[in-house]
Amino acid sequence: MNLQSEIPLEYMIVLSTAVFFIGLVGVVIRRNLITMLMGIELMLNAVNINFVAFNHYLFPHRLEGHFFALIVMAIAAAEAAVAIALIINIYRKFSTVSVDDVDELKY
Amino acid sequence: MSGPKIIFFILAAAILVFSVMSIFSRRILRAAIYLLFVLVSMAGLYYMMNFQFLAAVQLILYAGGIVVLIIFSILLTSQINSTLDPPRKSHLLLGAVTSVLGLILGATTILKYSFQASASAPIGTDMRTIGRHLLGTGAEGYALPFEVITVLLLAALVGSILIARKPKV
Amino acid sequence: MDYAYTLWILTLPVAMFLTIGLSGDRLKSNAAGILGTAGLAVIAALSWFTAFSYFGSGLPESGFQPVIAAQTTWLAFTETLVIHLGILLDPLSVMMLVVITTVSLMVHIYSLGYMHGERGYNRYYAFLSLFTFSMLGLVVATNIFQMYIFWELVGVSSYLLIGFYYEKPSAVAAAKKAFIVTRFADLGFLIGILLLSFNTGTFDFAALNDMSGSAIAQPVTTVFMGLSVSTWAMLLIFMGGAGKSAMFPLHIWLPDAMEGPTPVSALIHAATMVVAGVYLVARLFPVYHFAAPDSLEVIAWVGSFTSLFAAVIACTQLDIKRVLAFSTLSQIGYMMVALGVSGYGDEGVGYMASLFHLFTHAFFKALLFLGAGSVIHAVHSNLMTDMGGLRKYMPLTHLTFLIACLTIAGVPPLSGFFSKDEILVAAFEHNKVIFAVQWFVAGLTAFYMFRLYFNIFWNSDPHYHHTPHESPPTMTGPLLFLAAASVLAGFVPFHDFVTTDGKPLETEFHTLVAVPSVLIGLAGIALAWWMYARKNSRPESVAQTLHGLYSAAFRKFYIDELYLFITHQLIFRFISRPVAWFDRHIVDGTMNLIGNTTVSVSVAIKKMQSGELQWYIWYFTSGVLVLTLILLYLN
Repeated sequence: MNLQSEIPLEYMIVLSTAVFFIGLVGVVIRRNLITMLMGIELMLNAVNINFVAFNHYLFPHRLEGHFFALIVMAIAAAEAAVAIALIINIYRKFSTVSVDDVDELKY
Repeated sequence: MSGPKIIFFILAAAILVFSVMSIFSRRILRAAIYLLFVLVSMAGLYYMMNFQFLAAVQLILYAGGIVVLIIFSILLTSQINSTLDPPRKSHLLLGAVTSVLGLILGATTILKYSFQASASAPIGTDMRTIGRHLLGTGAEGYALPFEVITVLLLAALVGSILIARKPKV
Repeated sequence: MDYAYTLWILTLPVAMFLTIGLSGDRLKSNAAGILGTAGLAVIAALSWFTAFSYFGSGLPESGFQPVIAAQTTWLAFTETLVIHLGILLDPLSVMMLVVITTVSLMVHIYSLGYMHGERGYNRYYAFLSLFTFSMLGLVVATNIFQMYIFWELVGVSSYLLIGFYYEKPSAVAAAKKAFIVTRFADLGFLIGILLLSFNTGTFDFAALNDMSGSAIAQPVTTVFMGLSVSTWAMLLIFMGGAGKSAMFPLHIWLPDAMEGPTPVSALIHAATMVVAGVYLVARLFPVYHFAAPDSLEVIAWVGSFTSLFAAVIACTQLDIKRVLAFSTLSQIGYMMVALGVSGYGDEGVGYMASLFHLFTHAFFKALLFLGAGSVIHAVHSNLMTDMGGLRKYMPLTHLTFLIACLTIAGVPPLSGFFSKDEILVAAFEHNKVIFAVQWFVAGLTAFYMFRLYFNIFWNSDPHYHHTPHESPPTMTGPLLFLAAASVLAGFVPFHDFVTTDGKPLETEFHTLVAVPSVLIGLAGIALAWWMYARKNSRPESVAQTLHGLYSAAFRKFYIDELYLFITHQLIFRFISRPVAWFDRHIVDGTMNLIGNTTVSVSVAIKKMQSGELQWYIWYFTSGVLVLTLILLYLN
């Protein structure tokens, strides 16, 4: 299936930009650590769309974007695992996962 | 309107709508499920672009792994029924303004730039090619990043166990 | 002849200063005193040896020539303008070495007894060593800048020693006064050095005093305020000398400096440091004589006025150390007069007389001070009203003090007679007015010295709390030695050694000068005897008759009050206070404003470090966006 004639690259990238900023809003407005983590996952996925789209449209003869996306996924998995371990630890210590209450390093 | 186009717009709409819902939902478990929908739609997008392997990995890793992990931590840390606090006005305003500005900036920049689609013949994305590249050590081989990722994953594994386990009293 | 060993003359006192000073209380005080005295004995022996080998090597054809015993380059500004540190030996500096080390040795020995049991005994000997080092470095300086360095060191050690009893407010005030006044004078000295070296391109005495050198051969004749630049330079240098030598009007610190221990007064404020000004003028005498004769005239008149002025004050003071201090002023005035009226070469009798007087004065004035110290040690008072009749109790002190008084009064054949006579001869040949003044001052000198003598040792016996007794041998020994030196120093053939050009000078005996000066001296003694030998009402009636003059002289002619008026009423009020206000409100205010602004700004923006992750993310993203905008549209 070749999309090049049907859907311009710009559509893909604008879509990824939109998802990225939606993820950013999610990180900024939520105070729950888990929802913040979800926002970050959204942002990572937006970047992945970029990699894949560029690979598909501009460098179809190579696989760099593909592998980059793969690596990002692996890192996202690692990050999620560590982040959740941290969240659980924080919950154990502070009995909350709200960042408002976890401000020991404040000025 | 051609078929691929229709499918793309459906997927794009699903991604946008579900991500917004995932952000603004005040039920945390629902937010996680919306996130799952977003990720699945993205897998569809990858599939459209002929990256079947990536789509599969997206489904397995994200939908099957990370979202489950997130739901798991939600269950561990908070009551399922509890609702999140509504976002603060100032946070909402600043986040929205920044995001809209960034979106406008990004979109205009992208649309102004005329990308030249490549005419070269696409490389096959069958498992044989991917596997040879992923473990290849030649010009386009990714053995080194692969190994680095394995080490990272191992470190993350050990680290999360160490962090999350109950401290010895 | 190799004189490299003279380096030890400078290094030993420094070593002693460091040893005694740094060891603190770990050194037993007796050990400190004995160490200091022994070290100084070695230095004195070395100095005497230097003198014998320098003068004893036979007179060369061209007179005694300067020898650079050691020299190292310290700062090189340009090819020619180089500051050396070194040791210069010529008749003048060798004579000074002998005087300084001898008197210093006597003072060290004397202090063993005088300072016995004092707190800070070690500190005292450390400072004495420091002073000896500075003074020796000053006299052997090869260039005017090295001299300036040691000049300031001398000032510091003088400050430290005057303020030795730092628990006494008056001592602290006196030390500050001495330091500030001499430091003020040194400002002139420094400017003079800069002027001179700028015009001649050298600091070295050898080059400055060279007959064909630029300082003498091409004096700068550019006129500034009626005097040539060379004259200004030499006058400013003399200002430094006047500060150290306490010439009028910079003399006010010396009487107050008597707050220091008496042996210190003998060493620093009678025999050595205060003649540094005389030494300075003598050192640069060829420049003064050939390049700036006007300044020599000024020196002569300043010296003459100071000697008269101080002698008049000395007649009224009651504190015996102050009498001696003013007497010192007067005698240094004599030396300055002699330098001022001197010619060069065959006519350089004044120069020779001045240094001869410096030489003899060092011995008899040190003797007077040490004798006064011995008296004070016995009576525990400085005031002559608390003394009297002491000749019965202190025979040795009495004898030596009498010798010193006769010497300073110019009674032949004691040394004072010879040196003072030479000065009067030089003055007589140069200027009759100055001669007359100096002749009159000779009488005054005899009068006030014997007023002191009779009041201490004769007169009526006041009621002593406990019977005064003779001082220990460590104190009377130096007294006897110095008395012998005072008697015999006059027979040193000084005119063969220390002259303007190094060649022997023919001096002749002027009956016309010698006889009147001896006569007026005897008249002064007789007057003092008439007034003070026995208790009577004559002093009071004389004071009544000369009421205005007496009280003015008693208050030292209100010079201190004048200084206080100028400094407090004029300078402090009209300059210092506005400056202080400016400093406090404008300068400090600016600094405080900057500090307070920083604090308030940081208080205002510290909220940014809220610890809230969202805000950090937002800052970060906004920054990226702004950067992107800048790169995209402003580039």
